[in-house]
Parts: sequence; C-alpha cells; structure tokens
Amino acid sequence: MRFFAVENLGIRFGGVVAVDNVTFEVRRGEVTTIIGPNGAGKTTIFNLIGLIYPATAGRIVFQDRELSGLNPHRVAELGIARTFQNIELFEHATVLQNLLIGRHRHRRTALWQELAYTPAVRNAERAQREAVEKVIEFLDLQHYRDSMVAGLPYGVRKVIELGRALATEPKLLLLDEPSSGLNPEETNDMAYWIEDIKKGLGITVLMVEHDMSLVQRVSDRVLALNEGRAIAEGTPAEVQAHPAVIEAYLGSKEPV
Amino acid sequence: MRFLFKTAYDQDLRLFRHRGQVFWYGLLALVLLAAPWWASEYVMSQLHFIGIYSIVGLGMMLLVGFTGQISLGHAAFLAVGAYTETLLQAAGWPFWLSLPCAALLSAAVGIIVGLPALRLKGIYLAIATLAFGVIVEEILARWESLTGGNSGKHVKAIELFGAKLDGDADFYYLVLALTALCCIALANLLRSPTGRAFVAIRDSEISASCMGVNLAKYKTLSFALSAALTGIGGALYAHKVSFISPEQFTLLVSIELVTIVILGGVGSIHGAVFGAAFIIVLPQLISIAKDYLPAGVAGAAGLQSTVFGLVLIAFIIFEPMGLYGRWLKIRTWFELFPFYRRGMFRRQKTYMKSERLR
Repeated sequence: MRFFAVENLGIRFGGVVAVDNVTFEVRRGEVTTIIGPNGAGKTTIFNLIGLIYPATAGRIVFQDRELSGLNPHRVAELGIARTFQNIELFEHATVLQNLLIGRHRHRRTALWQELAYTPAVRNAERAQREAVEKVIEFLDLQHYRDSMVAGLPYGVRKVIELGRALATEPKLLLLDEPSSGLNPEETNDMAYWIEDIKKGLGITVLMVEHDMSLVQRVSDRVLALNEGRAIAEGTPAEVQAHPAVIEAYLGSKEPV
Repeated sequence: MRFLFKTAYDQDLRLFRHRGQVFWYGLLALVLLAAPWWASEYVMSQLHFIGIYSIVGLGMMLLVGFTGQISLGHAAFLAVGAYTETLLQAAGWPFWLSLPCAALLSAAVGIIVGLPALRLKGIYLAIATLAFGVIVEEILARWESLTGGNSGKHVKAIELFGAKLDGDADFYYLVLALTALCCIALANLLRSPTGRAFVAIRDSEISASCMGVNLAKYKTLSFALSAALTGIGGALYAHKVSFISPEQFTLLVSIELVTIVILGGVGSIHGAVFGAAFIIVLPQLISIAKDYLPAGVAGAAGLQSTVFGLVLIAFIIFEPMGLYGRWLKIRTWFELFPFYRRGMFRRQKTYMKSERLR
C-alpha cells in the first residue's frame, strides 16, 4: 500500500501553468521536503492536496484512497493536517480554544447534547482537553494556554499553528515553511520538534522549506521544483548537488 | 483583585468560573424574579420587551457575532415566528406545541436563507438576506387569506396547561424563563465543539475547513439556530403586542436587530442582552428628553432614527467592543485599581495576512 502519492498533478490558472505534471511519493515515517525558488508552485501543491483548488490534471492518493472530488473538510478527517505560510489562526480565541478546534475531527457529541451540556459532552470535553494538553506539553505552550492569539508574537503563533495541526492527530502533516519568520534559535527548536514529530509521534511530514540547513537536518527526501515542474528528487545531498537545482537557484554556468 | 488558581481541567468546563460569578448571577436572578413586586406596570412592560429582544439578540449574536455571517433580513424570521404562533394559536394548538413549531418553521426558513451564505460573503450576503427580508414582508402583505394582509391579525392570550397567562407577571415569568433557557443553551453550545466550529468559521474559513469543519453544514446550522431563536422571539412578540401586521417586520426592524449586536458588543452573550436592553430603553429616553428640547427639534420627524444612527456611529468609532466591552473595561478598572492602563484593551493590528486564500 502506498502511503501518500501524487501522480501527474497539474493545475493551470488561465494561461499560467502553476503546477505541471508533478509526481512524487511520501513514504510512511519519513520527512519529505519540497524546495524551489519563489513561484515554483510549492504552496500551490499544498493547496491542491488540501483540495482548496481543484487539480486540473493528475491524482492525489492517500492510503490507497483518491482525494480529488472530496469535500475539503474530508481531507482533515482522513488524517491530513496542515499549517500555513502566513499563519491562519483563529485570532479572537485563546490558544487553548485554537488547539481544541484542532480536535474537531474527533468530536462525537450531537447538537442536542451540546445544547444541554449533558455528561456525555462533559466527558468528551475532558478527553479532548487531555489530548490537547499533551500537545501543549510537547511544544512547551503552557505559558500561553489562556492568552488570546491576537496579542501573541509571531514566533509563538507559528508554534501554536503547529500545535493545532498536531492536535488533530494526523497521519500526514503538511508544514508550509515552518521556519519562515523565525529567529535562528526558534528555527533550531522547530528542527527538534520536526525530528520529534517524526520519531516520537510517528507522524509522516511533508514540508515546504527554504532554509537549507533545516532541510538537510530533518529531511529524508527532497523534491526540487522550478516553474511548476519537478527538476530533482533524492536525498538532501543529492538534490543540492544536482546541476538543474543549482541552475534554478543560481542561473546557468554558460555565459548568455 | 481576584486570582484564579486552576488546579483541574474541569475548572475550565464549568459554566461559572468562580464563586463571585455564582453570587452575582444569583443576585441578578433574585432581582429579576422579584420584579413583579418592585416594578411598575410600565417597567414590567419594558422588561417583557427586553426579554423578547434578548432572545432575538442571542440569535443575531450567534450568527453575526460568533459565526461571522451578516444578515439584514432577520425581521423576516421574527415575522415567521410571530405569524406561525398566531395562526397555530388561532387554530387552537396549545402553546407548548405552537412555540416549538414557530421555532422549527423559522429554522427551516433559516436553512433556505442559509444556502446562499455558502457562496456569498460580507456585503453580498447582506444584500441577499436584505432581499429575502423584503420578499417575506411582501408575502405577508399579499397573502391575505392566510395573514390577513395589511389589516393585520389579532393574537390570542397564551394558555398554558389550562391556565390563562394574561397577567403581566405571568407573561413576565414565561419570557424570563425562556430568555434564561436560551442564554444557557447558547453558552453551552459555545463551550462545545459546535460553538468552536462557529468561531473557527468566523476567524478563518480556510483554516476551519483544514481542521475538518464542514463549512456548508455549520454555516447552515448557524443560520437555522439563529432563525429558531428569532422565531421564538417573534412568537413571544406576537403575544406581547397582541396584534401583528406586516409593517412591524420591515427592513428597519432588521437593522434594529443588527444594531443590538453592534451596540451590545460583537462576540459575547452579555452583549446580546445589553444591546437588547439598550435599544428598548433608548426610545424611552428620547421621549423623556423631548420635554426638554426646543419644540422645533422635539417635534421633528425622524428624531429617533437620527439618534439611533448617531449612537451607532459613535459606538463604531469610540467603542467597537460595544456595551459589553465598556463593561469589561469598567470591571477591570475596579479589579486592578489603581493599576489600570488606558491601552489595556487596544487591539493589536496584524499586518501579515494572506490574501490569496480568502
């Protein structure tokens, strides 16, 4: 059984082909990173996986199940969680509430029970809270539990967003530039967490990242994109030494 | 100042956070229960209206304040509730059956109105709901065989389990009980998964959907629940005024209902009640003030609308968090005395917002 695979994926916006015939596979228990210059189509691939845009070509398969044609919220229910490049938290709610929304796919209570707040709801809430507390402990967020997100610094929000994705208990975690906007110290923490997520929690990670030292440190496999096309795939070292990748980032050796 | 030491997760699940709240809400309940003894007939009548508008305000708050969907057609749900109640009462249905029916029919209409909300946002949704409100008003006026058209319809007094509820006090207790029930139900909803899903949709639809929130289902649900609450309010309103006609459910009423939410404070249950009390009391204050104004101003048509408009604008500029926000500030000032600072409630602006996925 393939864990997660993308086959001949493509999308065009009018005349612009944002993603063109991209094929790759994510193996269970590994960290796979997508790299590429700005506008290469990395985030677009994430949005295609999240079914935010309908793909115009190709298919996405998660645990032998094709995703295309499903409702976007079904993707989360199947066990794929994601974070956003520019942070999409629920601003006017506390950190705890944000993380609890991450538990949404595990809810079991009916509307009438919630209106009356029956013991069943109370027990379910208790269980959700315990699950969320594990994430809080894992990411050292105890201090921010009851703070409103709207007033928190950028670095903390980034971690909360990671926490919210982890609270869903995903099988596959999509991280869109986890280190963007973080200082070197926070980036270092992030690298530890990604390693812990892989080894300790056993969650498979697919991420988009620009910071090559972070990529080298945590990735098992790297996929390089340029202008919507896959140009190289392999271990971090292989991809970094690949001539097409060097050309995409630095330009060609030959004088023009 | 009060420090809350949390020693168990269950503390966060409680409806009341600490003993102080239990005390103050208990006192409020006692004062309200004793109202027939301390309030004059005039004040009682105002309390009826505040209760009824609070229920409607809760419905608006759920939709506008917690789910982030705007509606300029809520007078229509009020009308559906009022007419359903009137017609079912006329047909001899008992009140305990006709009231839920009024709520359910309003909810059903709410689902239909909620459908465009799945595709429309912001101002476009406002226009769509506004159109709906106008259509319902028109239907009420034209469908004379059912609604009596513009000549209106009389409403029977409530009969509950054989006893006639015609006294001020009886009706007051009914309204009070229903208001309290609706408040508690909404508070319960907001501390459970459904309420959190609503808040998620309000703050970021894209992220809510990535967390597994079915946008279509929860937006429709929010419209339905909001309409149901408004329908209950409408049914009580019909009994209160004992005569209903289409001109009681115009666009202006819809705007008044939105005003409840904005004046009360978007995103709080208290706000719904504060807002309702405010818009009931304000016209009374205006009529009192008329005695002291020069005749030219006092007699001018549209004085009330003008004052309403000015108050609304003033709130949006000076107190966007509404009456509840003001109340929070005053309370914090006392709690922290003398350490309160002016900027404590200032909102942080976020400059990084992804536009692409909106």
